[in-house]
Amino acid sequence: MTSPAPADLITINVDGKDVSVPKGTNVIEAAAKVGVDVPHYCYHPKLTVVGNCRMCLVEMGMPAVDPATKAPVIDPATGKQKINWMPRPVIGCATNASPGLHIRTTTQLVKDCREGVMEFLLVNHPLDCPICDQAGECKLQEQATGYGRGYSRYIEDKNVKPKRTVLGPRVTLDDERCILCSRCIRFSKEIAKDDVLGFIDRGSTSTLTCFPGKQLANNYSLNTVDICPVGALTSTDFRFKMRVWFLKQTNSIDTETSVGANTIVWSREGQIYRITPRQNDFVNDTWMADSGRILYKHVRSEDRLLATRVSGKEASLSEAVSKAATLISENTSHVRLVASGKNTVEEQFLIKQLADQIGTKASLVSRIGEGDTILVSKDKNPNVRGALVTGLINELPSQKLDLLSSEIDSGKVKVVISFNEDLTLAGLNPSQLAKVKVIYIGTHQNKTSDAAEVVIPSLTVFEKSGTFINQQFRIQKFLLAVPGPSGVVDDLVILTHLLTALTKSAPQATQAAGILAHTWTQIASRVPSLAHVSFSSLPEVGALIDSSAFQKLPFVETQTLHFKPAV
Amino acid sequence: MPEQRRIIFKHIDQAGYTNDLACYQKHGGYETLKAAVLRKPEELIEEVKKSGLRGRGGAGFSCGLKWSLLDRKSGKPIYLIVNADESEPGTFKDRYIIHQDPHQLIEGMMITCFANNVKQAYIYIRGEFPIGARILEQAIAEAKKANFVGNNILGTNYSCDIFVHRGAGAYICGEETGLIESIEGKRPYPRIKPPYFPAVLGLYQCPTIVNNVETLCHVKHIVSMGGDTYSKIGTPGNTGTRILCVSGHVKRPGYYEFEVGKITLGELLNDVCGGPLPGRTFKAVIPGGSSAKILRFGERFKGKRKVGAEMQDYDWGLEDLPMDFDSLAMVGSMAGSGGVIVMDDSVSMVEALANINSFYAHESCGQCTPCREGSLWMKRITSRMVLGGARAEDGALLKNVADQIAGRTICAFGEACSWPTQSFVLKFGDEFKQYAEKSKDLAAAKETTPLV
Repeated sequence: MTSPAPADLITINVDGKDVSVPKGTNVIEAAAKVGVDVPHYCYHPKLTVVGNCRMCLVEMGMPAVDPATKAPVIDPATGKQKINWMPRPVIGCATNASPGLHIRTTTQLVKDCREGVMEFLLVNHPLDCPICDQAGECKLQEQATGYGRGYSRYIEDKNVKPKRTVLGPRVTLDDERCILCSRCIRFSKEIAKDDVLGFIDRGSTSTLTCFPGKQLANNYSLNTVDICPVGALTSTDFRFKMRVWFLKQTNSIDTETSVGANTIVWSREGQIYRITPRQNDFVNDTWMADSGRILYKHVRSEDRLLATRVSGKEASLSEAVSKAATLISENTSHVRLVASGKNTVEEQFLIKQLADQIGTKASLVSRIGEGDTILVSKDKNPNVRGALVTGLINELPSQKLDLLSSEIDSGKVKVVISFNEDLTLAGLNPSQLAKVKVIYIGTHQNKTSDAAEVVIPSLTVFEKSGTFINQQFRIQKFLLAVPGPSGVVDDLVILTHLLTALTKSAPQATQAAGILAHTWTQIASRVPSLAHVSFSSLPEVGALIDSSAFQKLPFVETQTLHFKPAV
Repeated sequence: MPEQRRIIFKHIDQAGYTNDLACYQKHGGYETLKAAVLRKPEELIEEVKKSGLRGRGGAGFSCGLKWSLLDRKSGKPIYLIVNADESEPGTFKDRYIIHQDPHQLIEGMMITCFANNVKQAYIYIRGEFPIGARILEQAIAEAKKANFVGNNILGTNYSCDIFVHRGAGAYICGEETGLIESIEGKRPYPRIKPPYFPAVLGLYQCPTIVNNVETLCHVKHIVSMGGDTYSKIGTPGNTGTRILCVSGHVKRPGYYEFEVGKITLGELLNDVCGGPLPGRTFKAVIPGGSSAKILRFGERFKGKRKVGAEMQDYDWGLEDLPMDFDSLAMVGSMAGSGGVIVMDDSVSMVEALANINSFYAHESCGQCTPCREGSLWMKRITSRMVLGGARAEDGALLKNVADQIAGRTICAFGEACSWPTQSFVLKFGDEFKQYAEKSKDLAAAKETTPLV
């Protein structure tokens, strides 16, 4: 006997296994809970149900009751209540759990239905898997193997449709491969709110296309490629570049804005090929913006800083660190730190230690731009809240470093350490930079690095591990996907070297991973709202932390998918 | 030979009868509506329930039951939609009503609207009926002027408007949820049921009645004569009259109105329609529009059926078959839309099926997989067969493809497109096998005219 289900749950039976689910859960989701795969194409958990692919047909039954007495009818053979099975199969996606619902997915009828639908889907589908980009992550391929007959009885000609329709700047369509599931149409209408896709013609000649004069050009267009179950919608950037089974997947976080969309970075042999969204129902569901997907291109861009330099000459890291330490020590009360909202929580924590050690304060540069109501917020820094939580800053940053500017003019500041911020974009002019000694620790060349006395190259988000705290005060983890350029070390290593050079002590750890672990033991003991968080056991969906101390700050973000501003 | 009983078609093709309001009123038109608006709406619904009227669109669903399923508690407006998308091949009854007696439909509609508290009604007419649409618009304008339609009709505080909505020429718009989508301005993709039953979530997600043209005309006569009287016409469970549209190889094709079940197929074809063309014999008949399963002359049907309270044995030849909903369903076909398509011995069943398959492949909306791909596949097989590429195994393959469609689609089009193939192959399997031999000759002759 199963224990009675809690009040809000109801029990249904899938292939003889009882499962408790919230009322209204559909059969596909309920079956998944007991490990029963109900194959499907058109159904997507975040889109409306249309039931057009017919792949999720299952047998449905309800417990029999006597029509007159309403008493349960007991099957004498089993001693249990008899189940009245419906003669016709029903679609799992549109069949919602109701008390006593019975589902069978292993019967001959269900097997026949799946074989039939698979055969139908394949009759007009080009069998060009060897040259199709979707191969390896194709639902049609997988389910043909899992549920198809394995041979074809079709000897007629196949449909001919457009092969490379450019739907928009980032999406290319192969209409022959389209199985008309309408996921992309529903996504554009329901999620991106940009209703531009539709079918023309009818029957098997139905063709996906854009409305006349329209383009699939919105900033979420590539999500249609992600949810396309076949190789019809392809990313113009990624298509024909790499076989997906060669790619390594690494969990990451989109650094484009403070939304912190969860992502997967796909790489091979140290090279990133694409970024796709990773499901997090608290942050980004299964979506991400197109603009966040091209960030990997910065990794190998022309202006990437690769060499450590002191006074314009290439130097070793230890030379650069000791030069920086000397500059700092000689000007202790004239040093200012400019940290970044793109620094990780761990880096911000160490920068705070550095500031305390020097006896100065750090500033942050805010980056505010246009947002939308979906997954792009106005705050273009992924981790301003990390700087608040770690105590690096006490108030929201401004876009211009006016105080620093006047302090340079008055001669009060002689050394500026910048963490990946181009100070000329924050209100300082080149002549002001010329008046001070700049120590620049960052990933890319800019006017500040050009003017710097000491340049130490550091790593992009794809080349290191760490955490960000997003607009919801959700701390989220990202992991190292590809190694950094030769000779470039982790920001945490650079910071540790600087700190130990200033304190003239021995470091607790010298490798990035060790420093990360050590930093977290320090964070746990010194930052109360992160006391219960540990890097290694942070869940994939992240963790909300106490934000009560910052409730009154005038954050710039407006409403997005899973975020509402406090006021 | 049974006499026709013309209720709906009383004035069709009558000399001097015109489709304007004056002529309709001269023949007693709108008197039923005048009496009806003085009665309680529930009484009118009760009359229709008592009448036993079954839908004349194809499925033969009880009209009273359909109305009683309406969600009247939602507080949403209730809509009436007249399905005038008469597209089933072999069917040509509604167009005569629309062309020659449009006010009969409008009166039936207004009674139905009044009975169900409908404030807005639509006539969805197929794109291929441009003249019919104009006639209806003209008739509605006349009826509005005479206060039978519109605001405060006939001095009551009841108001209801009728709009004509033209389709763009798609068979699927005859499917009620596809039709609703079409009125809403979308592609006519039929909706999934559950949850989108028109009686609950129909037009604009409001409770909606969708009835066929002929059905609503019957409503007028039911209210006029009373449900009890009407229920005595025809046979029990198959009440009223029904228009049979006979086409194909008979001497006198056309439309005939008979009491349901009071005429057999043999009487209809041999006596009423004058029998086969000279020198020919009947081979097969499709009794309810092209999607109904075909019946073969020479077949016998045996079994038990309910007559009154008791079960009786029946042993019918095809000619003995009563033309009613239940008998045709019992022998594995359906009364459907009343389109009786007759084929004599000059017809090749493979070629006939190729023609039907071609139609359904062209009309499949393409929303759900089995129908979209299956209907085209079946068409391609039968087309290949008649163009000289038939194989002995094609019959079996056709049946298997059809079996993979029926019962697995969003709407009844799955059945509509697979039943012809299933029944043709079942009843004329030999012909499909022999066609492979014949096919070689066809290919060799190279003078085959493609039929599809």
